[in-house]
Amino acid sequence: MTAQAQIAPSQTGAAHVEVCNLCVTVRAPDGSALRIVDDVSFAIPRGEVLALIGESGSGKTTIALSLMGYARGGARIEGRIRVGDATLDGTESASLAAQRGNRITYVAQSAAAAFNPSRRVMEQVIEPALIHGTASDAEARRHAVELFEALSLPDPAGIGSRYPHELSGGQLQRLMAAMALITRPDLVIFDEPTTALDVTTQVEVLQAFRKVVRDQGATGVYVSHDLAVVAQMADRILVLNRGRVREQDAVRAVLETPADDYTRTLLAAARPVVKAAVPAPATGSPLLSIEGICAGYGPVDREGRAAHPVLSDVSLHIGRGAAVGVIGESGSGKSTVARVVAGLLAPTAGTVLLDGQPLARSLKDRSREELRRVQIVFQNADIALNPAHSVGEILGRVLRFYEGISGHAARARVAELLDLIRLPAAVATRRCDELSGGQKQRINLARALAAKPDLILCDEVTSALDTVVREAILELLAELRRDLGVAYLFISHDIATVQALCDEIVVLYKGTCVESGPARAYAAPPFHPYTDLLISSVPELRTDWLSDVGRKDPPRLAAPDDGGGLCRFLPRCPVAIAGRCDTASPPLRQLDSGNAVLCHRSQAELAG
Amino acid sequence: MSGTAPAARWRGPARLVAQRVVLALFTLLLVSAVIFTISGLLPGDAAQELLGQGATSEQIAALRHEMGLDRPAVVRYLEWLRAIIGGDPGMSLVANKPVAEIISERLPNTLTLAALTTLFSVPFAFLVGITSAVTRGRTTDRALNILTLAMVALPEFLVATIAVLVFSVKLLWLPSITIVPQDPTPGEFLRAYAMPVMVLGVGVIAQLGRMIRAAIIAELDRPYVEMARLKGVSQRRLIFRHVLPNAVGPIVNAMALSLSYLFGGAIIVETIFSYPGLASLMVNAVTSRDMPLLQACAMIFCATYLLLVLIADTVAILANPRLRQG
Repeated sequence: MTAQAQIAPSQTGAAHVEVCNLCVTVRAPDGSALRIVDDVSFAIPRGEVLALIGESGSGKTTIALSLMGYARGGARIEGRIRVGDATLDGTESASLAAQRGNRITYVAQSAAAAFNPSRRVMEQVIEPALIHGTASDAEARRHAVELFEALSLPDPAGIGSRYPHELSGGQLQRLMAAMALITRPDLVIFDEPTTALDVTTQVEVLQAFRKVVRDQGATGVYVSHDLAVVAQMADRILVLNRGRVREQDAVRAVLETPADDYTRTLLAAARPVVKAAVPAPATGSPLLSIEGICAGYGPVDREGRAAHPVLSDVSLHIGRGAAVGVIGESGSGKSTVARVVAGLLAPTAGTVLLDGQPLARSLKDRSREELRRVQIVFQNADIALNPAHSVGEILGRVLRFYEGISGHAARARVAELLDLIRLPAAVATRRCDELSGGQKQRINLARALAAKPDLILCDEVTSALDTVVREAILELLAELRRDLGVAYLFISHDIATVQALCDEIVVLYKGTCVESGPARAYAAPPFHPYTDLLISSVPELRTDWLSDVGRKDPPRLAAPDDGGGLCRFLPRCPVAIAGRCDTASPPLRQLDSGNAVLCHRSQAELAG
Repeated sequence: MSGTAPAARWRGPARLVAQRVVLALFTLLLVSAVIFTISGLLPGDAAQELLGQGATSEQIAALRHEMGLDRPAVVRYLEWLRAIIGGDPGMSLVANKPVAEIISERLPNTLTLAALTTLFSVPFAFLVGITSAVTRGRTTDRALNILTLAMVALPEFLVATIAVLVFSVKLLWLPSITIVPQDPTPGEFLRAYAMPVMVLGVGVIAQLGRMIRAAIIAELDRPYVEMARLKGVSQRRLIFRHVLPNAVGPIVNAMALSLSYLFGGAIIVETIFSYPGLASLMVNAVTSRDMPLLQACAMIFCATYLLLVLIADTVAILANPRLRQG
């Protein structure tokens, strides 16, 4: 027993949620018992929000779920949990399991996956109220519409009759919050509810969540790996690592005077900084030039336009050994740029030049040498790497294909590659599913490096990683660039990551390049209004950020449905000019900072 | 989108279903050519078969000419195709009766057997599949797994023979031959059909039950199921309201396969119980080289199969909101 565990109950006798010496054990594959949550104790006063913070594998979701008496995959929950008058075993009063979806509710990480695809949203939102008998069908529907309104969903009266696939991720996440609040619960558990969202959407969803939770007066548990997000939502923070509590305190105290080393690591990783100094890339003829690329999906019509156009007239240049970042929201076409360069998608117009030589539009027409020089690394190493193969086989295949080496020479090269990505040579005999997420992403990178490429296309390679691991991978990428002179086209939705690694940044909005220029120019205005929105949407490590960012100007003008060659950002632009932005297409302006922006506003106006 | 007019809402699925119908008709046309070609490859023909071994080659040639068998295959195919589209599969070469008449005597028997077997086995298959899926990995599931595997693996003639031995020979409960009297009482009817339905049903229950289990388990691993559990949804409601609507696609396709088997695949059961169905008719047509009859039977089997798959596809499209509105 720790001292903390012994005093917790007496101090917080009136607390709404009380957890004492919670342990959760699972059966490891070899049959031994594995403790994934180890002696965790905490208490939450009624109406407060506690954040559970930690990397993946820290046990934060497991703890949150055990508050509902729920354990995944046959795990065993031990210890004392009390929520209101309900306890884990329910011997004295109600059991936690019986409160699921009624007094205690849950908002899952990916609403897109957590909604049943074949049932209308309204049926699913009111289901908890109906099965627990907290309201009649008509009352529940009325309450749901009120919640939709409170959560700032469009068309509150009609949105419930949609199916999940007709709604965006941000809308579904808010609908899921409505589903969690429909029974007027005492305790709401938010499990990384905004992790899967774009930053611009995240702001809106966080604001909506905060408002309804406060209005309801519910107690909250907020699970996240993102300290900046938690700073906006929680009153107290519990820092977890490998199933153990490292620190718990008020939000401000944790952010400003962290007591634990691990907390300090987390805080440092929240804003990635790359230490490896990379010399300025050589000027001269670019390694890769993309000129006026148009591309899309679906059948191509007679004028050479795809049925679902994604990119329109995108150009960018990457110097030898340079790192160019491409940022934008989901659907902006940033991955499509990588697919066009890699030859996975043939563009409908424009050219891709490697060292001044045009590359064939499609993969099968490219020479092996051209294939070798441009490599792609995908976001999800779990999917990109064959789980049945050992690391040595995965890398060996690439060596055999491009260099025709095998046997002893290949083994030596594999060891060399593993050294390059800072993994021990013994990893070569392991299978990928035995490695951690960060290690897998390193192998994913080594697979590309094995071809000795001139250019690596990195498609959201750090997006699925925890902040601490993300920082290590970014550092590795910078070192590889310094040591090998490899160039990157680095695609990400996170501007902080791109700023840390890249020399130049291109901002895509709906397939159009709205701003491009040196990375340092993105530190301060003037920006394109969309860039401004992206940068201001990144949560900051202070508790009042969300309230500040809430006072943004709304869009000014309605745009015609087809866009009609006008600025694509017009429907969302807070600084649009009537009579100009809605009549003519925007000019490309060169700013003093070196950035080029596609906007009607002048440099002075954008700076203001 | 919810804003569109009701008529427009059905345009998407209607187009999808229309595509499937056209595809099915085209497949049927290809199948007719294949059937015609393959039946032409069988050694000997009806003329030879009718006249027996003692016939001279002149006699055979004369009869062939009379039956129109000496004309080019393409001409005979097109003529046959036109007739069969018009609903007339021609005259049986052996029985000297219209093929349509012979088939119309047998078809109701096959339909009755197939319908009874479906009614009997589909509920059991669901019971087995759902029970097995919700107890996944536990003793009940493992026992059901072994049982259904054994049922799939056992050849039908063995099951049928054992059933006859037990129920007809030892217990004397049921007749070993399925003869349905004119205007049967419900009791007579059930007694007559009990054994063939049971023997056919064993395979269908096992096969379909396993597919239903697999379809449900695939859904149970999806995040929306955990979400439903965390909403406090009961196990029964979880399966019937949340999981089954999403598993409709694979399940109806498995059902279509099982049911089409009841049509053409019942040959062993028909033979053992001397049941006058279509499958045994077709086998007789092969042995007597009665091509019009053989071809008509084959076309019926293929058309049934295509129809069942078409229905399954349509149900799957209508059950999936994404396709329904696509």
